[in-house]
Amino acid sequence: MASDTQNPVPNTVTQSGEDFLARPEYAEVSREVRPCPPRYRNEIGKYRVHRTSACTACGRCAEVCPYDVHVRAKEYQLPVRPYDYRCIGPDCAKTGHYCIDACPEKALSLSENPTFKTLGDYRWTGDMLAATWQMAETGHAPSPHLNCETGNTGGGFDKLRLRFPEKPPKDLRREDISTEVLLNHRGDYRPKLKIDVPWYGGGMSYGSTSTHVLIGRARTAKAWNTFTCTGEGGYLDRLIPYADHVITQVATGLFGVREETIQRAPIVEFKYAQGAKPGLGGHLLGGKNTPPVAAMREAVVGTSLFSPFPFHSVYSVEDHKKHLDWIEHVNPRALLSAKVSTPIDVDMVAVGSYYAGAHIIHLDGSYGGTGAAPNVAKKNIAMPIEYAINRVHQFLVDEGIRDKITVIASGGIRNPVDIAKAIAMGADAVVIGTAELVANACIRCGACESGRGCARGITTTDPELMEMISIQWATQRIVNLYNAWREMFVDLLYRLGVDGPTALRGRTDLLMHLDYES
Amino acid sequence: MPEKIHIHTEPVPPRVRPVGRLGIVDWREDCAGCHNCVKRSCIYGLWGDENETLHEERGYLDYIYQCKGCLICIQDCTKGVLTRVINPEYERLGDDYFTPEVIVTTWYQAETGHIPVSGAGYPGPHSGPGFDSMWTDMSEIVRPTRDGIHGREYISTSVDVGRKLDHLAFDGGRMTTTAPPLVEVPMPVIFESLPQRWHCGNLMPTVTRAAAAIGLFSVIRTGEIPAELSLEQDRVIPWLQSIEECADGEYSAAAMAMISDGPDVAQWQAKLKANNPDQIVAIRVPASPAVTERARELAGDGMEVIHLVFDSHGREDAPSAPRHVRDVLREVHTALVKDGTRDGVTISASGGIALAEHVTKAIVCGADLVAIDVPLGIALECRMCLDCEQGGICPITIEDTEPDYGKQRVINLMGAWHQQLIEMLGAMGIREVRRLRGETGRCMFFEDLEDDTFGRLFGKRKTEISV
Repeated sequence: MASDTQNPVPNTVTQSGEDFLARPEYAEVSREVRPCPPRYRNEIGKYRVHRTSACTACGRCAEVCPYDVHVRAKEYQLPVRPYDYRCIGPDCAKTGHYCIDACPEKALSLSENPTFKTLGDYRWTGDMLAATWQMAETGHAPSPHLNCETGNTGGGFDKLRLRFPEKPPKDLRREDISTEVLLNHRGDYRPKLKIDVPWYGGGMSYGSTSTHVLIGRARTAKAWNTFTCTGEGGYLDRLIPYADHVITQVATGLFGVREETIQRAPIVEFKYAQGAKPGLGGHLLGGKNTPPVAAMREAVVGTSLFSPFPFHSVYSVEDHKKHLDWIEHVNPRALLSAKVSTPIDVDMVAVGSYYAGAHIIHLDGSYGGTGAAPNVAKKNIAMPIEYAINRVHQFLVDEGIRDKITVIASGGIRNPVDIAKAIAMGADAVVIGTAELVANACIRCGACESGRGCARGITTTDPELMEMISIQWATQRIVNLYNAWREMFVDLLYRLGVDGPTALRGRTDLLMHLDYES
Repeated sequence: MPEKIHIHTEPVPPRVRPVGRLGIVDWREDCAGCHNCVKRSCIYGLWGDENETLHEERGYLDYIYQCKGCLICIQDCTKGVLTRVINPEYERLGDDYFTPEVIVTTWYQAETGHIPVSGAGYPGPHSGPGFDSMWTDMSEIVRPTRDGIHGREYISTSVDVGRKLDHLAFDGGRMTTTAPPLVEVPMPVIFESLPQRWHCGNLMPTVTRAAAAIGLFSVIRTGEIPAELSLEQDRVIPWLQSIEECADGEYSAAAMAMISDGPDVAQWQAKLKANNPDQIVAIRVPASPAVTERARELAGDGMEVIHLVFDSHGREDAPSAPRHVRDVLREVHTALVKDGTRDGVTISASGGIALAEHVTKAIVCGADLVAIDVPLGIALECRMCLDCEQGGICPITIEDTEPDYGKQRVINLMGAWHQQLIEMLGAMGIREVRRLRGETGRCMFFEDLEDDTFGRLFGKRKTEISV
């Protein structure tokens, strides 16, 4: 586990918020990449490397392997069990590093890992999960044996490809590429907030997700000068040191929404709907409503907590404007974001949000989400984000207001290539959620709501399970992921011949679809 | 407030060992005996349960069915000797329409009566054939009750079966129109005549009584109606086989009757009506490329219910490229709307309804209600191995299903489907399912979205979209 001696942020949340707030140094955080190995003894990789008892501990394998599959620690005679999750597989035989051939005793064998074949799904394949884990560990692009660019859904992003020019412009240099994105295009008096990378973290509520993970996300947002979002569960005191990077979400249940949580937020997000369950309310299962969660939400311990759908106070764009005006009075410095799902008239919704005064229209496509939701809703209600982005972008262009509002896309953004595709379709930036959880070793088993919550300690409020993940580890894994993504994104921009996400926005000429002729 | 449907569900554990997706293969010979997996890792306690109960007399080991696949035991194993695999028995379940996922989720709903819920977003393909190429709409600000999950009881799922008038006539303030008979069902589902393979044990009365307990109807071919069933009390729709049966009045107590389409269908119907003018008569029409014309004729002739029959995968009977129920329904519905006869006739669609969402989508495409059969057998734990059709023995001895047990399993399934129907209606902002019929504007079709988005950007498709 990555040590963080320079920044001894407490591992747990047992201290009171006041204790923590009295030590601002705890909130210092860096975007520096540090190796952050997996937290399980047997990390799942694509291949298995087996060493038999014929091994004479000659150390030849450790010498040839550049991927650190074979490690013999200093002053130790025997190498440790192979870290086979790092192995790139049979393709290694084409290089001079193939341990199987190099072993003089023929004590090594390589096989496919049967567990890996059970990993993943159509959207997040085993390759993509393992690649994300590797990025979270190393902070850099994954090995080429893992396809982290496309899944197997057979449509949407997985059928879109970036169209790279044969040669990038001569005068474009990688170091000149900026990944900054401006979030306030309205030209009003409110801050011209910028994020350093074209993504920020989506809402995950206190109650649905481990506090350690939530704090890790906020710390990462601070390190990378971007944002994370409270979700609907209220504003943890422990997030206050990162307040400049935390979006306060106002959703229909109004859980934890107080004047001070609005006032400290640089962005306030109204959640009208969410992609995981478009048109349905939120539902925190009673088992996750522990005493601290209930206190935060001002509810009774152990009861299921419902967020109704929709806002009872909004029947029209004019009502929506009243909502935004309310926030403006409470916090005149906050940017206003409207998070909506993707109905058939999503383009009209976006225009309505603009005229109501929103700075950001956040489109959350139907296949995304991290929280527990009815399967029937996840699969069937509202359109996938790939259809919504350009529909909204083009409509805003036609209305002459595209340059006055920021379009954020979410719901199925898995990697930097998806980000580039979403921006080329017309988004300004994206929101991510699942990827941050995968960086924290989520395997997408989908059992977030079972029993005590996530068995892997990510989406749980169970005090014992939460201890599976330390705040340092969660932070460093996401920091590393962000760094890997930024490196890869810059590389994509360079190859596309554009100097930043703003220049890429709406460039559908840089896209192609495998099912279409042009 | 009018009485609303409430389907009472209660847990009904499986009778035989269910087939789970994941299994953990244990290489015992390398095991260090540390018991990390048994005592510590599994937060669900499944390995511990297995260890404690291994030698007890049980019908099955729970862990194969219940394993959530969290990988904790595998990743924490001291010697790394555990491996997760897909259960090959799981992969053999069903077919390409009633997939293993469909079967297992149906079992879950029949066992618990709950809506299946999971986290981490939708893991499936972008789209698929048939109903999987449709997405229903949602509204950002409209919900029929505006009261979240607690207002769902105000969403009506009942439909009227029969002929409806397009206007009423009055003379001197008195209505001179005689309203035709109607039957109201509390949710837009009827139970189709069960496939022959499930004509065993007590299955037919079990399923029929489950339907009646909810207020639904069951189609049973005459000659196969168990003597213990009452046509009236058990809401049986007798499927009559001859004009003599129609004439003799034996089945006139049934609120609805069904006859097969044919040249003399009007005469058959007249015989039934002569015995019981209030009996609703459904005409059973096999779906084929000519079905739309036939439906127009029947609707024009004043028939009350057209029952369109597709195969179990929702395909019409055609020599090549059969269309899915989705497309046939849209064509039939649109044709009847253009003729001005759509409101006069009830259309039910039978075949290809495998999941709760298919009910909603079939109605969006133009049906008033649907008929289901295969999911009922799956609710009774059928694995769709079809060994029985080859003369083999049923691996789960489905014929031994206890009536009360089977009845509750089917009720649970319908309870879960009903809840899902309400969720989808609520998301659309539609307060009653009657208004959903043919509302394709509240739905998005794959081919339309592709054309509007990628067609606009990238021009012509390389291959035609086949849904």
